[in-house]
Amino acid sequence: MTFTVEIRDLQKHYGTFHALRGVSLEIGQGEVVCIIGPSGSGKSTLLRCINQLETPNAGIVRVNGDIIGYRLEGDELHALPDRSLAQQRSRIGMVFQQFNLFAHKTALENVMEGPVIVRRIAQSEARQRGLELLERVGLADKADSYPAQLSGGQQQRVAIARAMAMDPVLLLFDEPTSALDPELVSEVLQTMRELTKSGLTMIVVTHELGFARDVADRIVFMDQGQIVEAGDARDLLINPRHPRTQEFLAAVRSH
Amino acid sequence: MSHSTKVSHLSGSEKVTYRISGKVHYGRYFSAALIFLGLALIVRAFWVGHIRWELVGDYLFGPSIINGIINTLILTAAAMVVGIVLGLAAALMTLSQNPVLNLSARAYIMVFRSVPVLLQLLIWYNLGLVFPTIGIPGLFSVPTTDVVTPFIASLLAFGIMQGSYTSEVIRAGLLSVSRGQSEAATAIGMTRMQSLRRIIIPQAMVVIIPPIGNEVIGMVKYTSIASIIQYKDVIYSAQTIYYTNGRVIELLMVCAFWYLLVVIVLSILQRYVENYFGRHHKR
Repeated sequence: MTFTVEIRDLQKHYGTFHALRGVSLEIGQGEVVCIIGPSGSGKSTLLRCINQLETPNAGIVRVNGDIIGYRLEGDELHALPDRSLAQQRSRIGMVFQQFNLFAHKTALENVMEGPVIVRRIAQSEARQRGLELLERVGLADKADSYPAQLSGGQQQRVAIARAMAMDPVLLLFDEPTSALDPELVSEVLQTMRELTKSGLTMIVVTHELGFARDVADRIVFMDQGQIVEAGDARDLLINPRHPRTQEFLAAVRSH
Repeated sequence: MSHSTKVSHLSGSEKVTYRISGKVHYGRYFSAALIFLGLALIVRAFWVGHIRWELVGDYLFGPSIINGIINTLILTAAAMVVGIVLGLAAALMTLSQNPVLNLSARAYIMVFRSVPVLLQLLIWYNLGLVFPTIGIPGLFSVPTTDVVTPFIASLLAFGIMQGSYTSEVIRAGLLSVSRGQSEAATAIGMTRMQSLRRIIIPQAMVVIIPPIGNEVIGMVKYTSIASIIQYKDVIYSAQTIYYTNGRVIELLMVCAFWYLLVVIVLSILQRYVENYFGRHHKR
């Protein structure tokens, strides 16, 4: 069986800080995996190593069988030229905690940017598809608004549409609701729920345990740069086996 | 001139009305009067002084003056183009991970910001003293003085000097765009060049344009120095005329008028360009 995502023994150092200490994980086609854990546990670093926003110090990531950022020749890995890495990244969507919409472009232009510039799709076609995607995240009427004119929740939904516009084989969410006002969290989670129904493979770093329980096929609990425990979503939340998982869940729930 | 309004509110069951008197700004009236007085004295002094204003009017649109101001504008535009191109290159080099690029850009900025532009101008213009001919050995060779005309010497001096200043402006502009913007561009599969061109530079413009506007205005006036190496700018043209007829102040006033006009027009243009690049900031 080939996995959509295959992570092998990933290591990441920042100076003396050991952010990832040998992380391995396989994710199947259409699977939704939520990564939870305390801050500084390496969740975001892991996510950012998957599309090489951070370059891991060791270990490899395969997406749909392709090694990200490298070409395997014999038993040697050769770094890919920037253009090829960019092509690989274009099939991996990413949604950021701070939305990171292009501030000088309207909602529609944000969604069209990737298809037009990276995929070289015709403007008219990209516009058509962009409007469809904005419709899908419930923002068809905001197509001509600039990010500064949108609420955080709306910005994040545009960011999701922007990621979807590249027809990704994998979507990465880096704490997508952590920067939102509490009353705006649910609209973004609702949009993400809709996406899970379309059979997309998703990795979501989140603190929203309710969301994780409802939509995740699997939950991965990380601490100190390692995967402590992973398993069926409900199972892990109800019966965490590892004491550190129990501790974390108790702390999150007690507030 | 105090104006007053009436304010009503209910105090208990009884309705009370107060009058509000605005502040009287005595200081403003006093200072305005002082400035008017000063201006009147200056205007009077110039009116009774030895200036023949009708001559200023006569020379204002004289062909060699018009030709001079056009040459001033050509040199300004060309030097700014060179300055911005060099500035962008140097800015990208200082932000590069490559230590050789980084260091050479910083050396460039250091050298050309330190040497006075008048000195740079004279050095470029006298390049022929060091290298009588220039060319590619064995292929071709031409006398340096044929190549380094007053225009080329000025263009090199002002353009290269400007590049060293503009690089700092552009660098600050590029750094003002949050990291998340380039990460988002990278994540949708843009290359570094695409992300710079489509995402980073357009947003950096908001920060870059106001100081560049100032630098253009500064350059209009810097170019007047080129008159000392016989570049035929507006001051050179004015000097040529007053060397023969002796109407020094009148012709200098003509120059002042043209600089004032050009800078006013450029300032208005600057406002439009700033609004264009800052449009997404409006809510």
